[in-house]
Amino acid sequence: MAHDRSEEPVLTARAAGLAGCGACGAVSTPGVETCPRCGNALHGRRPGSLERVWAWWFAGLIAYIPANLYPMLRTQFLGRATDSTIVGGVIDLVHHGAYLVGGIVFLASVMIPVGKFLAVAYLAISIGRHSHLSFHQRTVLYEVVEFIGRWSMVDVFVVAILTALVNLGFVMAFKPGTAAVFFALSVAFTMISALSLDPRLIWDDAEPDGAPHD
Amino acid sequence: MQPVDTASRLLDAGAPEIIACTVCDALHEVKEIPEGGRLRCTRCGATLLRSPGKALDRILASSFAMVILVLSALFFPFLQISASGLSSATTLLQTAFAFDSGFTAPLAFVLILLIIVLPVTRAVALAYALLPLRLGLRLLPGTKAAFRLAGHLRPWSMAEVFMVGCVVALVKIGGLARVGLGPAFWELALIVMIVALEASTFCEKTIWRMIDQKSRS
Ligand SMILES: [Zn+2]
Ligand SMILES: [Zn+2]
Repeated sequence: MAHDRSEEPVLTARAAGLAGCGACGAVSTPGVETCPRCGNALHGRRPGSLERVWAWWFAGLIAYIPANLYPMLRTQFLGRATDSTIVGGVIDLVHHGAYLVGGIVFLASVMIPVGKFLAVAYLAISIGRHSHLSFHQRTVLYEVVEFIGRWSMVDVFVVAILTALVNLGFVMAFKPGTAAVFFALSVAFTMISALSLDPRLIWDDAEPDGAPHD
Repeated sequence: MQPVDTASRLLDAGAPEIIACTVCDALHEVKEIPEGGRLRCTRCGATLLRSPGKALDRILASSFAMVILVLSALFFPFLQISASGLSSATTLLQTAFAFDSGFTAPLAFVLILLIIVLPVTRAVALAYALLPLRLGLRLLPGTKAAFRLAGHLRPWSMAEVFMVGCVVALVKIGGLARVGLGPAFWELALIVMIVALEASTFCEKTIWRMIDQKSRS
């Protein structure tokens, strides 16, 4: 990228003694509590950003454990009921030869949640420390995590659709499993965790004069 | 686009307009935005502002489509299946109430929020805030609150995620039953495309600046 690692001196709002709004970009003098342009609370840096990131991160991780241990879906087919966990459901799909959908479910329910835990933790840990990724790469990582998190909710929707749609009595029916609740919670908690991260913290380390953290 | 060089008098009345990058906090002078183009942060590359272009039209169109389509899918079956002479169908409302018993019951409430209430609320808030702006009328009271609400709801309105869930569910049972797509299914499919189109051009900071300029004039 042409603009990556530019060595030009940059003036940040904070270094200039001002406060930029994290939502709309409007610049105000410090001491102003509400952004005059958008009305959001104005913080030079979101207070307690990292603490909130970690609190929701752990909440999401704790919910993710029962989400994988309990069954996600109960399938009743010709009077026989089988429970399947998230990973079990993916294995079933692959056994039936539905590789593409198995891949989508694996991506949404396993790879994205796990990748998100790792990515958010990496971003939070790297703030204030030396990092192997450049500032620009970490910004991209942050944007990907923020964009992709909500798509994990797909699996909860699938359980709901199957339960509501397939209601053929003895022949075939689905019932939601306990894991659906924990999985939905885990997705929501990790979304809040990622949304709590103030990306400007990543770039604060790039300031050569090392203005102190708020 | 050059970073602003001097810190003094940045906010004076006569000083050029400045904006801070919301990703990296770098200050920039707001220069003229090329038609159809955007201003980028010289430090991190994030979009600072886009030329408004047809952004308002797109947001308003997608808001109206969202309201109409979600409301119609509420009561009309959008999926149906049959197997061994039996058949069943589902509407959006029935799908939300799939979690109707025991430990999973609270999920019904969450689903109603994620796929019905929040998408519709966000669409109505956007229309309320932006329709007068688009028509060149006076802004309605609470315009900023409405647009703030729409911004907060953005990650949580999941109509298009739900749509992908439909496709996954259909393939999962495709081998076991005959699957039919109701008319509402195609309406839902339309939502995904409209939302994708809106998201590709949506720049919150640009709209905030337009609202701000309008409210001062
Ligand atoms: Zn603001
Ligand atoms: Zn920037």
